[in-house]
Amino acid sequence: MAKQSNGRLSSPQELEALRASIIKTGDAQKPCITVCGGTGCHSFGSEGVADAFEQEIKRQKLGDKVDIKVTGCHGFCEKGPVVVIKPKNIFYQQVKAEDIPEIIAETMVKGKIVDRLLYTDPATGKKITYEHEVPFYKEQKRLVFGSNGLIDPAVIEDYLAIGGYTALAKALSMKPEAVIAEVKKAGLRGRGGGGFPTATKWETCRHAEGDTKYIICNCDEGDPGAFMDRSLMEGNPHSVLEGMVIGAYAIGGHEGYIYVRNEYPLAVKNAQIAIKQAEKLGLLGKNILGSGFDFNVKISRGGGAFVCGESTALMASLEGKVGEPRAKYVHTSEKGLWEQPTNLNNVETWANVPLIIKNGADWYGKIGIRGSQGTKIFSLVGKINNTGLIEVPMGVSLKDIIYGIGGGIPDGKKFKAVQTGGPSGGCIPESLLDLPVDFDELDKAGSMMGSGGMIIMDENTCMVDIAKYFVNFLEGESCGKCLPCREGLKRMSQILTDITEGKGKEGDIELLERLSATLIDTSLCALGSTAPNPVLTTLRYFRDEYEAHIKDKRCPAGVCKALVTYSIDEEKCPGCGLCVKACPSEAITDMGKKKPVVLDQEKCIKCGACYDVCNLGAVIRK
Amino acid sequence: MVKLIINGQEIQAEEGTTILEAAQDNNIYIPSLCHHEEVTAYGACRLCLVEVTKNGRERLVASCLYEVAEGLKVKTDSERITANRKMLMELLLARCPNNKAVQDLARKLGVEKTSFKLDDNDCMLCALCVRVCQEVVGVSAISLVNRGVDRALATPYFEDSNVCIGCGSCAYVCPVDAIKFEDVGDTRHIYWPNNKMEFKLKKCSNCGRYFAPQAQLDYIIKKAGLAPDAFDKCPDCRD
Repeated sequence: MAKQSNGRLSSPQELEALRASIIKTGDAQKPCITVCGGTGCHSFGSEGVADAFEQEIKRQKLGDKVDIKVTGCHGFCEKGPVVVIKPKNIFYQQVKAEDIPEIIAETMVKGKIVDRLLYTDPATGKKITYEHEVPFYKEQKRLVFGSNGLIDPAVIEDYLAIGGYTALAKALSMKPEAVIAEVKKAGLRGRGGGGFPTATKWETCRHAEGDTKYIICNCDEGDPGAFMDRSLMEGNPHSVLEGMVIGAYAIGGHEGYIYVRNEYPLAVKNAQIAIKQAEKLGLLGKNILGSGFDFNVKISRGGGAFVCGESTALMASLEGKVGEPRAKYVHTSEKGLWEQPTNLNNVETWANVPLIIKNGADWYGKIGIRGSQGTKIFSLVGKINNTGLIEVPMGVSLKDIIYGIGGGIPDGKKFKAVQTGGPSGGCIPESLLDLPVDFDELDKAGSMMGSGGMIIMDENTCMVDIAKYFVNFLEGESCGKCLPCREGLKRMSQILTDITEGKGKEGDIELLERLSATLIDTSLCALGSTAPNPVLTTLRYFRDEYEAHIKDKRCPAGVCKALVTYSIDEEKCPGCGLCVKACPSEAITDMGKKKPVVLDQEKCIKCGACYDVCNLGAVIRK
Repeated sequence: MVKLIINGQEIQAEEGTTILEAAQDNNIYIPSLCHHEEVTAYGACRLCLVEVTKNGRERLVASCLYEVAEGLKVKTDSERITANRKMLMELLLARCPNNKAVQDLARKLGVEKTSFKLDDNDCMLCALCVRVCQEVVGVSAISLVNRGVDRALATPYFEDSNVCIGCGSCAYVCPVDAIKFEDVGDTRHIYWPNNKMEFKLKKCSNCGRYFAPQAQLDYIIKKAGLAPDAFDKCPDCRD
């Protein structure tokens, strides 16, 4: 193969030759066991599963016949560790190390399916054999995220084999302006929170005056319950890197940074490996693919401050200063990192770029809906059957996501609200479940797309308590620089705490609304100006719950301890003693067989253990 | 020079100046606490917010940071601005209910009491002292530590600073008198909200009075390359 002496590819032709040789060496029909190594599956013990596979393959001397690959996150975290056997895509879930000899003996040697490891569709009760037939996956469109399951993130050859860096070669053959025009035509909007048109940002940065221009990838994902960017960076770092190189070429930048939080060690590691591999092959560094274009990427590890996800605070942190935001009256695309024009996009945005360049804006524009083209990755968490990462074309309804892909609410409970957009997003009620999920519709509902968090809440959720939770989170993460955010969130939290403790007063709701208006109008950065969203949306859709807490001193969901009392229904209680055993504070006394138990209110800590354990409805919660 | 309109009045200002500076130059009052012409604008107190109209779009901006532009229309008072300023003052008053400067400004802006629970601070974390110490004095002896509601003004680790020269610029610039200093005998005492330090004063070789911290004089001599005995006498006894 014709390569530069140093091993770097010096032309698109050399890249294609290398790709061809990789594909030729591999055998597409050779069975390959892929074990999900994403964070969810890892915490379920996928590392042990992968080790067990390797040992068993070795023991049975099957190395020539079976490949094993630890991949990035497959998304179905609820059922981890997930194992998919290719090329047929046999889908085994909740696999344990002790299941491995059986999988090898049955499936790999005899070609039989191990029934007990299959996924059962809760709707039909039927076992499902193949990954693409599992409802969780069937309803998705996994353009950005789907490759995670196909590749070992630490092996660049895997990425090349599925067409990686084709888009880069194509972009380098285009004029930079044409690359921007293509991204503009595709309608790509930032996936990190703001939804700002990506090409407009690129254009401004390209035309801005400066000695040098910086390209940044924001991997400082910090929303509670969100792990989209993490899983992309861990599972397919080259797709992000490829997007960055294309963007750098379009903008005319030669220096890049990946700002990734240090709490994501695997993301840091895989990004480091990806950079080294790309540099070695001439896909990064000097004279990329012989085009004359230079671009270097460094990794900067963040200390885990939520506010550092805000672009100006992130840049301050990158400069080695305290991560505090500054006013953006002059955009960072004109004056950002070290006062130079800087283009910052988030992980998912960058990962969309190669798709657009490779397949064209026309293809991309057909996915999603007008104004919100393309797909979006969401982390579906909370009270939902199928917890995990999902990718859908924008414009699908909340209902389709929650009841289709998500499989509905566990334990037959009723849906109450979905919080979208992370802590500073809003809570959307059941009446809006037909809402199409796109940037503008979520805004109109008082919430936002944000970076794609989706927290599902069931009927047992108190919406005042939820607002308090998010406000407390933001209070803890406010940098404290500007007065409205620092002092305002503190007061908001105090008022909400009072309401949940039965100390709410007439006028509290109005005060919360006035305070919210000032936070929106006067905060220095988006952390403060969007922080009231959880309060305002819960007030908008669940005002009666606030009123019940304040006026009637009652928590309708039975969550706020100070407003809840437990008692025993003597008619219903057969004295079985289950609650006596469950009570951690010895507040319930067994009075003998067939006699109702007695609950001592003085000792009761209102934990609800008795309520949860009683199947006869003999514990009353008021 | 650019022309802009503040409250209907046409004003000329040099390019690169902020709305607040332009207004002050033309005797138009905009309240502010964290701004000082000698240090970099910070935009923390938000009291100086004004409404600007640009390309037909109205928005609230901090006038200490927003630069003037040709044809810019600015309102320094409107219902929206007043409502926000009052809320900001309520928040500030809850933080510093016993501080006279805060009380006075609150009254001036029409706020007599706060709707929130009362704390008892003097410092309102505007960072003017920090910026003066860093940018004017050049020693960075104090900074704002911790995040969010735990934010506080402090020397490193709340211990005695080994770079502080006891000049008292921090106390001088504080808009709400949260930092105090006094000279007693041969010692200067500086009281920050969270810690205090003492500095030995230099005695005038002529009249014998104590006139400035030794550390400050040493610092000036070193910075300006003066003779070691440049400050042997107090300002009154110098030629």
